[in-house]
Amino acid sequence: MLFQSILFYVFSAVLLGAALGVVFARNMVHSVMFLVLTFFQSAMLWLLIEAEFLAIVLVLVYVGAVMVLFLFVIMMLEVNVEAVKRSLVRYAPLAAVISIIMAVQLVQLIWVRGAEAGASFAFAPTPEGYDNTKALGAVLYKEHVYAFEIAAVILLLAIVAAITLTMRRRPGLKVQDISKQVSVRAKDRIRVVKMDSEKRS
Amino acid sequence: MDAIVQYFVDAWNALPPLLQYLTVVTTKILVVTVGVILCVAFSTYFERKVIGHMQGRIGPNRVGPLGLGQPFADVIKLLIKEIVVPTASNRFLFVIAPLLTLIPALATWAVMPLHPGFTIADINAGLLYVLALTSMGVYGVILAGWATNSKYAFLGAMRSAAQIVAYEIAMGFALVGVLMAGGSLNLGDIVAKQAGGFSQWFLLPLFPLFIVYWISGVAETNRAPFDVAEGESEIVAGFHVEYSGVAFALFFLAEYANMVLISGLTAIFFLGGWASPFEGWTFLDGTFLAFLAAPNFLWLFAKIAFFMYSFFWFRATFPRYRYDQIMRLGWKVFIPVTIVWIAVEGVLAWLKIGPWAA
Repeated sequence: MLFQSILFYVFSAVLLGAALGVVFARNMVHSVMFLVLTFFQSAMLWLLIEAEFLAIVLVLVYVGAVMVLFLFVIMMLEVNVEAVKRSLVRYAPLAAVISIIMAVQLVQLIWVRGAEAGASFAFAPTPEGYDNTKALGAVLYKEHVYAFEIAAVILLLAIVAAITLTMRRRPGLKVQDISKQVSVRAKDRIRVVKMDSEKRS
Repeated sequence: MDAIVQYFVDAWNALPPLLQYLTVVTTKILVVTVGVILCVAFSTYFERKVIGHMQGRIGPNRVGPLGLGQPFADVIKLLIKEIVVPTASNRFLFVIAPLLTLIPALATWAVMPLHPGFTIADINAGLLYVLALTSMGVYGVILAGWATNSKYAFLGAMRSAAQIVAYEIAMGFALVGVLMAGGSLNLGDIVAKQAGGFSQWFLLPLFPLFIVYWISGVAETNRAPFDVAEGESEIVAGFHVEYSGVAFALFFLAEYANMVLISGLTAIFFLGGWASPFEGWTFLDGTFLAFLAAPNFLWLFAKIAFFMYSFFWFRATFPRYRYDQIMRLGWKVFIPVTIVWIAVEGVLAWLKIGPWAA
């Protein structure tokens, strides 16, 4: 019990520190790495409440895929850090308003709604043999199957739209048609001409 | 004699349960880690011997009997070399990058079912854990390329990142197929489902997925013929061009640990892990060959050794892929193949054929 609390506070402290690091790091690549650490620590917090499926999926999707692409793009850009810092000061009031709204919402959700639902703040271990993944699958594919399928279709639509918007065929661009290259046969390329040998004059 | 044994048993029982638990787990971790590192050391020797013989040479034969001391000579050489950190590099990331590739490669072994009943951490979401950790190895490569502050290293990192992200999707889809056949995310359950001899392995019903997974695995580890991230002829050595000494050795260790890992995972997902191909051959009972039919760690080891051999075989056989063709193979061939086969699996499960026959 005490051990879990200690772990919770250690992970939370690292999470908050990393989140501050994202904003205040002088180097963009460092910011991205701090963001990776932030995701990792929130996955750890989820592991603490035995939500191992959500925790690992968070690492898999955000750390393993999304942040790699972020890092990819940011390394290619030459960002003027000083200009970004100035805009940080300029937008600070707006950011403060947004974060206060978010904090109020979270407090309302956790304290007010939590008290209504009668949830306890103590750590409660799940019963033996309880499979987080199975439970989540049952909820997604049985209770909310239509909402889940509609979300999947919307995502598919987004993928198709992104590809059609960005794919341009420049006229006159020389590209190889791989299937044509693979299916080529010797007789398409060379013609064997039969000739009688000529007499030496 | 009995008294001495009894002394140790009593001493063990006198320990607090937490300490007993910690001792057991630490011992398991040490056994697996040292085993993996020894495997890595000897697979470098194995590789040089295999490729040497394929090219009509002898390979290393000077250090120790049959050259078996060669890996240790290499390690000592790398340990006593100077580590050069380029002046304009980002020091912290430059030093930490090799660790970021090595840690996921070793941590994934925690969920590997190595022997019936032997797993360091028998967690329910084991397959997801494997996917999550293998996808993290790319950070080390990207950061190494960026922190070096050299165009060659940067190009290598870019190539490697795009390649790993592309092949990870095909790998993930292939694992969805394994998940459908195994009916569990726990690697131990997936192996147990394949018990009962060669015909029960997922190799036959999931053959296209096996091919896709194995080739994507070769691409993920940046091995020939997909080693454009190193590309000696174009970009010197890619992302680790400026690394020397121990830092280079760590990259090398991570690459080979990943190869052993991919071999082990392919064996577990498609070739039944520690299951024996001769399970159910009852006429072997009572003869000296009875051990062949028993599930055993040695079977997993044999399968890993076979896949390691094919890694080296590919390297000695195929010329390097051109970069755009690598991308084409990953996106336009493998991903459609896996999606089609997942649909086929759905039909098979509906008709109750193969692994779904209940």
